[in-house]
Amino acid sequence: MKSKTLWILTSLLIVASLILAACGGGATEEPVATEPAAEEPTAPAAEAFKFGMLLVGPYNDHGWSQAHYDAGLYIQEKLPGSEMIYIDKVNPADRAGTTPAQLAEELLAQGAKVIIFNSDDMKDSALEFAQAHPDLPVIHASGDSAWTEGKDFRDLPMLANIMGRMEYGKMIAGCAAALTTQTGKIGYLGPLINDETRRLAASAYLGARYCWQNYLGKDPAELGFKVTWIGFWFNIPGVTSDPTQVADDFYNSGYDVVLSGIDTTEALVEAKKLKDAGQTVWAIPYDYKGSCEEATDVCLGVPYFNWGPAYLRYITAAQSGTWQAAWEWNSPDWADINNPDTSAVGFIKGAALSADASTKLDEFIGALAGGLNLWTGPINLQDGTAYLQEAQVATDQEVWYLPQLLEGMEGQSVSE
Amino acid sequence: MTRNKSRWINISFQFAAILLALLFTTIILLFSGAPPLQAYANIINGSIGSLKKFSDVLVAWVPLLLTTTGLLVTFTAGLWNIGIEGQITLGAIFTTGLLRLFQDSGLPPGLILILAMLAGMLGGALWASLAGALKTFGGVNEIFGGLGLNFVATALTLWLIFGPWKRPGIGSMSGTEPFPNHLWLPMISGTRLSIWAVIIGIIALAVIYIVLRGSYFGLRLKAVGKNIRSSFLIGIPTSRYMMSAFILCGALAGLAGAVQVTAVYHRLIPSISSGYGYLGLLVAMLINYKALLVIPVSLFFAALNIGSIQLPIILKLDSTLSGVLQGALVLFFLMMDGVRQRVLRKAER
Repeated sequence: MKSKTLWILTSLLIVASLILAACGGGATEEPVATEPAAEEPTAPAAEAFKFGMLLVGPYNDHGWSQAHYDAGLYIQEKLPGSEMIYIDKVNPADRAGTTPAQLAEELLAQGAKVIIFNSDDMKDSALEFAQAHPDLPVIHASGDSAWTEGKDFRDLPMLANIMGRMEYGKMIAGCAAALTTQTGKIGYLGPLINDETRRLAASAYLGARYCWQNYLGKDPAELGFKVTWIGFWFNIPGVTSDPTQVADDFYNSGYDVVLSGIDTTEALVEAKKLKDAGQTVWAIPYDYKGSCEEATDVCLGVPYFNWGPAYLRYITAAQSGTWQAAWEWNSPDWADINNPDTSAVGFIKGAALSADASTKLDEFIGALAGGLNLWTGPINLQDGTAYLQEAQVATDQEVWYLPQLLEGMEGQSVSE
Repeated sequence: MTRNKSRWINISFQFAAILLALLFTTIILLFSGAPPLQAYANIINGSIGSLKKFSDVLVAWVPLLLTTTGLLVTFTAGLWNIGIEGQITLGAIFTTGLLRLFQDSGLPPGLILILAMLAGMLGGALWASLAGALKTFGGVNEIFGGLGLNFVATALTLWLIFGPWKRPGIGSMSGTEPFPNHLWLPMISGTRLSIWAVIIGIIALAVIYIVLRGSYFGLRLKAVGKNIRSSFLIGIPTSRYMMSAFILCGALAGLAGAVQVTAVYHRLIPSISSGYGYLGLLVAMLINYKALLVIPVSLFFAALNIGSIQLPIILKLDSTLSGVLQGALVLFFLMMDGVRQRVLRKAER
């Protein structure tokens, strides 16, 4: 008897599952009915010029990866007949046993004519892939392998590196922070320590110091600027320092503005929380145009990347067969740093920026546009050694490969 | 006759669990507006659609096979070795360390690679013995001890990559400087698969199968796992057996780390363990610790991982779907097993 009920139960379950599965399939019966379903959509789109993108994070991460994904959408819009195909979360934690080079092969198999690797993580894979496909246009964003004067030049005929001069974005962010702080102490929430993150933190400091001195008439020695590195681009519980905690420590020890150098928005969220509790604090996020939206009333603005224009140029070149290997480090369009069609780096002001600060910030942006170069000597490294002599202007190499933080900045300069 | 019948009952319950898991995943797909059958077709096509793709599946399979095999040992001893992720990582660190040490030594590459594998096993075993010591001598539950050690292992990796082992010039997220080709496990041409890795995986499983099934050690280990008190009372040195289980499992996890370094990534990268430890725990639970099922089930899981790569490319779907399916399978298997036992108990009464 008992086993009969059991059988009934089981059969009911099976039947129910089958019915539901069948219902599920019903809607999609058609595309599947044609056996090579996978090829079907690619066949009619054969004329479409496909470009493939490998994104290190989720395509909708409101950060680094989304900025690239949005650039892909921008190209599709601007270049009729082009089509983006992408794989996101390209990292060994999310995709066990795969390498970016292998995933690039998948994009290639789906018809991609250009492959974009979007992260420093993918360096070796990008090189390996470019080497294996010497005729295929490859972009490695943020890399320096195609830079003939760089430290890591590799002679690969079709490899291009693209990066925005975020140094300017960070200077503007630093300026906004200096113009706003009431305590004279600015915190910088840093990711991990390498050449890129060092030069960005240093640029933020240079911007802050300039505005502090020139627009507020204050003594640079009285400006506090502290960098705390959490150890990675985002929080890994138990491994990195908790960015929320670090931001909180900043705010509770007199740092009333925190600039974020990491990929996530903890500083902004924490500022919002404290502001709601009655404290006077601000934050500046990073990477993605829309970041301020999470907490408008504490956000002073956001420096962001706009990959669209450069990618559009390269994809167009690939399509017309005029592709060339190159290393590009693109400046903002000083006529309008927020022009989506021309500017590689922008800064969107936040609602929390005061009218007075906003005016001064515009003045600063105008000065940068007019040729003001904050990477001009005298600049000393953190340990006091002279880096740039009086009136000496830093070369690209000197900025890109900055060996230490600068004098006047507090915080660790190198991983020990 | 009854034996046969209960066997059929078991199978039908397992079948129902698979159906439920599929059903669950299908419902999720429908809710997200995706075509389920097309999604499944893409996963299948993306994993076994060509020889090349299948070789990619095998690349992902070997480390999973090794970790699951290791976990069979600790599970037999009644231990939850959550620390296996850290053990893979330490294996990878030891392997990288040894390769760095000997890469310019002029020793034959084959010998260096063998030493590298042994170093990986040593690293994993040492890390596991820490969790084991915490458990047997410190009274720290192996789950907490293991988790803590996992964090330490990841932190250690990052520190090495951005600190002492950073590349000349620039510390990079992409890991340490890649090793020269002659220090890679040789690959079958045209694929990323090393036949040596596959052989290592299968030998490891065979050895553990024999140890668990056919040896005195395996028998006593099983006794420890079933009932530690009575095992102790009948004179089995339980602490020593538990330590041995940890060390064996750690060695296999370390070997998985060594394979990751020598056969897959050819350097140390931040997340070198790739989550194979946690995935291995899922597989081990799913197969109810039956050694022979390790091969097909871990192969199936690896195929899901590789096959799901097609989802974002072709259907613009989130490829974590494979993870949903894997998780659902384990959940429903455990659930149906519970239901089965209840029903059978009732039937007996």
